[in-house]
Amino acid sequence: MHIPPVSRRSAGKMLAVTAAGALLAGSFTACSTTGSGDAQGDVTINVALAANPQMKTAESLISDFEQKNPGIKVKFTTLPENDLRPTVTKDVATKAGQFDVAMMGSYEVPIWAKNNWILPLDNYAKNDPSWKQDDLLKPISDIVSANGKLYGAPFYGSSSFLFYRKDLAQKAGVTISQTPTWDEIAAAAAKMDDKSAGVSGICLRGLPGWGQNLASLTTVINTFGGRWFDENWQPQLTSPETKKAVQFYVDLLRQHGQPDAAKDGWEGCLQKMSQGTTAMWYDDTVFAGSVLGQATPAVKDNIGFAMAPTGPANIKSGWLWSWGLGITASSKHPDAAWKFISWVTSPDYIKLAGQKAGWDSIPPGSRKSTYDLPEYQKAASQYADLTLKSIQAANPTQPTAQKVPYTGVQYVQIPEFVDIGDFVSQQVAGAISGTQSVDEALQKSQDFAAKAVKTAGYLK
Amino acid sequence: MTTTTSRPATMSPARRQIAIRRRPSKHLKSVLMGLGGWLGSLLLFLPIAYMVLKSFQTEPDAAAAAPKLIFTPTMENYKGVFEAGFWPYAINSIIVVLVSTAVVIALAVPAAYALSIRPVAKSQDVLFFFISTKMMPIAAGIIPIYVIATALGVLNTLGILIVMHIGMNLPLAIWMIRSFMQEIPAEIMEAAAVDGASRWRGLRSIILPLVRPGLASTALLCGVFSWNEYFYALNLTNSTSTLPLFLQKFLSFGELYTAHVAAAATLLSIPVIIAGWIAQKSLVRGLLFGAVK
Repeated sequence: MHIPPVSRRSAGKMLAVTAAGALLAGSFTACSTTGSGDAQGDVTINVALAANPQMKTAESLISDFEQKNPGIKVKFTTLPENDLRPTVTKDVATKAGQFDVAMMGSYEVPIWAKNNWILPLDNYAKNDPSWKQDDLLKPISDIVSANGKLYGAPFYGSSSFLFYRKDLAQKAGVTISQTPTWDEIAAAAAKMDDKSAGVSGICLRGLPGWGQNLASLTTVINTFGGRWFDENWQPQLTSPETKKAVQFYVDLLRQHGQPDAAKDGWEGCLQKMSQGTTAMWYDDTVFAGSVLGQATPAVKDNIGFAMAPTGPANIKSGWLWSWGLGITASSKHPDAAWKFISWVTSPDYIKLAGQKAGWDSIPPGSRKSTYDLPEYQKAASQYADLTLKSIQAANPTQPTAQKVPYTGVQYVQIPEFVDIGDFVSQQVAGAISGTQSVDEALQKSQDFAAKAVKTAGYLK
Repeated sequence: MTTTTSRPATMSPARRQIAIRRRPSKHLKSVLMGLGGWLGSLLLFLPIAYMVLKSFQTEPDAAAAAPKLIFTPTMENYKGVFEAGFWPYAINSIIVVLVSTAVVIALAVPAAYALSIRPVAKSQDVLFFFISTKMMPIAAGIIPIYVIATALGVLNTLGILIVMHIGMNLPLAIWMIRSFMQEIPAEIMEAAAVDGASRWRGLRSIILPLVRPGLASTALLCGVFSWNEYFYALNLTNSTSTLPLFLQKFLSFGELYTAHVAAAATLLSIPVIIAGWIAQKSLVRGLLFGAVK
């Protein structure tokens, strides 16, 4: 068979087809590049955010900032918490400079500061009197600082407390005090547990994850007298106090907790509390507004709040968390970035958010002045004071009865904690779902933690 | 005429008996097969129906453990999705899908030609090389890609997504189109050559029309992969990105989000379903094309 050879012309045509496509792609690379400065000399700052309702409000009010700061445009990238961390870490670690402002949890701040990924904010704060640094709540400002320098401007702060149904408590004949103990709560859960009506006695986070079940559980361990590590970084997960606390948490969930407890994180409990299928819930103070906003009318009027329950060691057990905004070390426009941070974390912004979007959607727990606002006092009368009290009671530098080499209430402030915490939380979830005993779960956790701190060089 | 009418009468009583006996069992088999098919499709469709259902519910309803089937539908979630900036992401998605798929097809056709109709030397090795690029998990390569993209200053552009999607879909497209081209009998090409058609003419006038259903299904598949691609979008872009990244904007801390995510996901699925519907005929033909090989 004879097939004529490819003529120069037809080869050219073939090439043209492919080249046209390639060129097309190339042209998009060029034209869609979003530089940090554009033709009018404007500055664009990129902000990486964790998705949460308070930040959504800020995004919707950005025109106020852009009006007050002509020449600065703000672009938001909203990511779920679990994607935000690796995305921003990758960006700051490789100095790619994609983000000028990054939202960080209080857990990340000291770690990132140590790696020089974020800039200290003290000088910016000093030169910006309208930002009112003195107005920040001290425990919150402390956890977004490192080595005495402020690295994150707190957007909101929170602690943990107890949500409960006043009507169900009354029906069951129990009184929940404002400063309850875990024994009282366990007894109340037993009385309010009504399986026939589909209402569980209590809802607690059971879902694995260092930021899920371990956050709640660690506060219980602290108040039972346990701790993660002793002064020499020897793990203490099999100590009698820790064992007792974990056994208590697992038993409470298995006996009077929500069904299939290991499947629920804060999302599941928030839904159960607002739908009236649990009588109590121990979780973050920031959810108070969400619960009241989403609850069915019958539930809404009957929700009460109390301080985080305490245990035998009688340690105030509420946790402490803050989402802060920091300037990345690779930012090309740190001054513009500060202007945005200053706007969104200022007392004026809190007032603006309250007036424009409703007082229940302001970022709470960051400033003293928030709690002096009469409008907020009125809108959040049920939980505002208790939130403030919980935040002020938390002590991240000494979270346990015995001395510890770390800071952090519901976490251990070391980079390795993500791995250790996730492993331990899976073991705990196993104990909650009944696939292993608490002793087995804790022994495995102890071994894992020991190996991890040894490898990292904490444990000699 | 008479023969047709008298035909049943010619059947012997014994054979008729068998025919009668056979008919219900055959009928039963086809009914069972049909039922199984329906059940299977319903089972596969269930998650999609669930998603659409949730998208019309209020957040607390959607988050309820027991699925609520009777409720007052609300359009609030869809409104919320559009208010959250759906269109810029959608336009980006459309550009990335169209450009990357067009380039993939334009590159894959000549490559497949050189691997089937007139195989180049060591064409098997070339084929293996192409598919081997799919063997490494993308996560393993993301850091070098990220560093290179940073150095070139193309992070957060549609261009980088288009290039990555081309790389992602090209091996698959070459393999698919090659298998379609192999179906074409060599005699047709020989006849064309005898008639004096050049290779370009042969490709344009004979091969391309013959493999058109195959091209359509390849393009659709590449388009769908590109439309749904999340990993590169998450790692290489942020504010200038595609719809899968927009979807996760709703996975918010501190409030219920199932209904909003369902509404966004429903909107995201519509173009794929429409494209699949339009291309259904060629898709089925195309997917079965190489099946006998």
